Amino acid sequence: MTGMPAIRLADVRKNFGATEIIRGVSLDVAGGERHAIIGPNGAGKTTLFNLISGRFPITAGSIELRGQRIDALPPQRINRLGLSRSFQITSIFPRLTVFENLRCALLWSRGYRYSFWHLLPRARALNEATEALLRDLNLAERHDLPAGLLSYAEQRALEIGMTVAGGASVILLDEPTAGMSHSETEYAVALIRRVTEGKTLLMVEHDMRVVFDLADTITVLVYGRVIASGPPSAIRADRAVQEAYLGAMAA
Amino acid sequence: MEVLLVSLLNGLVYGMLLFMLASGLTLIFSMMGVLNFAHGSIYMLGAYFAYESTRWIGFWSALLIAPLLCGAIGAAIEIWGLRRVHHNGHIAELLFTFGLVFIIGRSVQMAWGMLPMPYRVPASLDFPLFTLYGLQFPAYRGFMLLISAGMLGGIWLLLKRTRVGMIIQAALTHPGMTAALGHNVPLVFTIVFAGGCFLAGLAGVIGGNYQSTEPGIADAMGPIVFVVVVFGGLGSLAGCFIASIIMGMVVTFSVVIDASIADLLRPIGIVPRSDDLLGEILTVPVARIGALLPLLMMVLILFFRPRGLLGTRDT
Repeated sequence: MTGMPAIRLADVRKNFGATEIIRGVSLDVAGGERHAIIGPNGAGKTTLFNLISGRFPITAGSIELRGQRIDALPPQRINRLGLSRSFQITSIFPRLTVFENLRCALLWSRGYRYSFWHLLPRARALNEATEALLRDLNLAERHDLPAGLLSYAEQRALEIGMTVAGGASVILLDEPTAGMSHSETEYAVALIRRVTEGKTLLMVEHDMRVVFDLADTITVLVYGRVIASGPPSAIRADRAVQEAYLGAMAA
Repeated sequence: MEVLLVSLLNGLVYGMLLFMLASGLTLIFSMMGVLNFAHGSIYMLGAYFAYESTRWIGFWSALLIAPLLCGAIGAAIEIWGLRRVHHNGHIAELLFTFGLVFIIGRSVQMAWGMLPMPYRVPASLDFPLFTLYGLQFPAYRGFMLLISAGMLGGIWLLLKRTRVGMIIQAALTHPGMTAALGHNVPLVFTIVFAGGCFLAGLAGVIGGNYQSTEPGIADAMGPIVFVVVVFGGLGSLAGCFIASIIMGMVVTFSVVIDASIADLLRPIGIVPRSDDLLGEILTVPVARIGALLPLLMMVLILFFRPRGLLGTRDT
């Protein structure tokens, strides 16, 4: 892991029509670190996630995952190379049960692909792995509940679980604590800390307590450009950041 | 009484046939957002393919060959057609499938002409299954029920119990998340589109000799299947099933009901005059407006329940 960054963005640019949303972002995320991206609304944080995870093609530049170019690959290929993401808008499958949701996240990594002829109830190893993960997420009691009926905090926990389930070593979380109460946020932070142990975490987050609590490195994105990147103490002291972002929050 | 029972059975046969078409259409619609206008045309192709393979090889192999051909055509349409058009948005996709209707329709007319083909029920199934109050129920209709019930079971097993079914269900609501979990969503789309066309082809095989095999059947089946999908609700196979059966019953029963709205009003003392427009409308027997009823039901459900019976999204 040492030496080569887990994710490397080099002068990444993205235009939507004539509008340049990402204007030359270069960023290294070291293997094993917890890295937060902050910035005001419209800075392009979620767009950056969509570029890294292959949802949108980039306009220029390059994106590498552990030294391998991924910027021309479709989302599923990037996932199979070991990068998994969550979405800002909760994207669990509301009609499937909690158990089925998690199992869906495990299917590919456990080698169950598009076979029609094997029946899932008989895939014992897969089902046991799913059960274990359910207990790990404290969702075992919700086993057969359609995921759409979970409480909001539980849905977010499930989504975090689905994101890490496939065993990816690089995890991207898009505002995992958005819309949560104080105690829910604390629980979510503890969960994120636990399930991303030993993995590389890149997260977009608005809650500054969460950011300064969780992140080893913080990158500040403003209008599609990185204006600062470094350890929390340096970011807190950075004048440009205070002016562009934190100052506005404090006021 | 005997009319009621026989009509119930016939309604069930027709409803199940509708479901074979509508199930594929509703899956394609709710997953890809593509309203496949050409679904009825694929049904027609299934009937013609079945006629040809029955001529050369026999009915039982047609039962497999025709749906497979239709599935292959569906896969080709998705890979080389819809995927390219997709970038230009839903209107482009809609127009694309609309164009397919004409291409397939004209091709069929050029290959087989305008007249109905003599595609007949196989001799081994051409006998009365049982006699009910002196009315015979053909064995072939029983066979149609068997095939469509088997398909219903197969689809249910596929979606609920297999891996690809699980992925299809996931991609129904959140294709983005499904791709982010490592699943090849474009491939799932192709599988679903081809699968839907396979089912439409199969419906064509068993429906072609039940109704008729002529260029008009695409236009006859297309709208009513669309009505079923809207009526049942997007994204819901259960709703689609219920709607298919209801629609089968409505169409079948409306043919045998000789009464009119005026007959309903007469016992409460209202006798419409027969020489004005309203009176004429009220005295038309239901049997004559049978073809109108499904469309009327669609308009009503769009007014009062835009999500359809069991749908999760607005149409």
